[in-house]
Amino acid sequence: MNSSASASSVGGHAGGFAATHRSDNWWLGWVLTAGGLILFFGYLTIRAFQGTYFWSGHGLAYISPAGSPPLFTPASGYPGAVPLSHAWLGAFPRWWPKFIPQSPAFFVPGLAIAFRFTCYYYRKAYYRAFAATPPACAVGGAPLKYRGETALLLFQNLHRYALYGALLLLVFLWYDAFRAFFNEHGRFGIGVGTLVLVINASLLSGYTFGCHSWRHLIGGKLNCFSCDGASKFRYTIWKKSTWYNQRHMLFAWLSLFWVAFTDFYVSMVSRGVITDLNTW
Amino acid sequence: MATRTFRVWRGDKDGGEFKEYTVETQPGMVVLDGIHRIQAEHAGDLAVRWNCKAGKCGSCSMEINGKPRLSCMTRLNSLPEGTITVQPLKTFPLIKDLVTDVKWNYEQNKRIPPLKPRAREADGHHRMMQEDVDRVQEFRKCIECFLCQDVCHVLRDHHKHDQFVGPRFMIRLAQLEMHPLDTEDRIPKIRKEFGSGWCNITRCCTEVCPEHIGITDNGIIPMKERVVDRYYDPIAWFFKKVFGASNK
Repeated sequence: MNSSASASSVGGHAGGFAATHRSDNWWLGWVLTAGGLILFFGYLTIRAFQGTYFWSGHGLAYISPAGSPPLFTPASGYPGAVPLSHAWLGAFPRWWPKFIPQSPAFFVPGLAIAFRFTCYYYRKAYYRAFAATPPACAVGGAPLKYRGETALLLFQNLHRYALYGALLLLVFLWYDAFRAFFNEHGRFGIGVGTLVLVINASLLSGYTFGCHSWRHLIGGKLNCFSCDGASKFRYTIWKKSTWYNQRHMLFAWLSLFWVAFTDFYVSMVSRGVITDLNTW
Repeated sequence: MATRTFRVWRGDKDGGEFKEYTVETQPGMVVLDGIHRIQAEHAGDLAVRWNCKAGKCGSCSMEINGKPRLSCMTRLNSLPEGTITVQPLKTFPLIKDLVTDVKWNYEQNKRIPPLKPRAREADGHHRMMQEDVDRVQEFRKCIECFLCQDVCHVLRDHHKHDQFVGPRFMIRLAQLEMHPLDTEDRIPKIRKEFGSGWCNITRCCTEVCPEHIGITDNGIIPMKERVVDRYYDPIAWFFKKVFGASNK
């Protein structure tokens, strides 16, 4: 039997930021999560501010999810911009400040940011990755005054409103996927871009319908699932939502990756770097 | 003959130190077996709480290589090679060596309003359908090992014992709130006294639960959502005023 050289604090627990006796690679999840969030949200933020190459062109009707639905579209100066005829309200208004890029990403697609930012999964991810409260389980957190979600972060309780926006956005993204089966002249066909947009809408549906607020609103708030016909119906939907909810993290990352990939694909087609394989 | 070295914290509330013990090991041994061998061969006064040795009583909770775990369910061959560090739970006051005083948890339990069932049916019975109690039964798997309480950083690092009841009792509250027969309204207490807002849903409680209860997704978040229904959702508030909606 050997004694350690110096006496420890009560219980021998390490104190301070990132202090732990864990012997596994606890920091790996921390680094990967932070890296993934910075990479994908960083890419989409840059693309939102660029405001270019959201529309495939070349006779195809693919639109990037980063710029859809286009409330306004720039009249000129933005290559690969959505055609004026496809923008809901036409060109950006004259009063639009010059120092803000004319990007349709600033309107309805912004709902997706609100949805992901207040999402229960992403909260875990960025509280751990960036606020380090805590960086990993049984690892010392950042030396900050901790208030949980009782003060400044009370706004997280508005997640269900972000959900309503995300449901609306989902309708538009499914329309985009449907529209991608037709080229700019309205002729039916299918291309790689069509599949990319359908997968995008599918993954986002999987993410949205596994949302904790959705699961609560459609049935989780009930205490009796068997009381009447409506409750039984809601129970059926709640069970399906539970399946997605158990895979919420998976869908959160897959859909985030695929939104970025879809935008990348459309922009590459728009620039002429990639030729879309299709039946047209 | 195979051996393994354990680095065990020895001491009480006034202080102590890590001591190393090397014991023979056999296939299938768990950490608690190692502790018992240390008691038998090296340190008869080593304090450890245990009972069933089957992962069902929740007594032998401790921190093994820095992670809260049941020592009776942690096989030695599941741990990386090298010295195994064994410590008491951090969140609760130390009594001696690996034994902590967890009575704070029982005090929290007493604060929770019990089940208040609705009136019996005309034939004198209560009836519940299986689909109505499935969710509640998940929470009843809890063995009260308090690993979730130990790993919860709100208690562990920020010592908010007077403001947050902890994940174990959030699921007890969920168990009662979701009960199909219950008529008690605990939502105001869940928000204020039991402190649902202190949880930032980083899910460590779920990660360490030996019963694999969906503490965060199935217990805490649904309670947070019910608090939102009541206090933070003007549309839900409006519908409740107009149509008198009820969750029961």
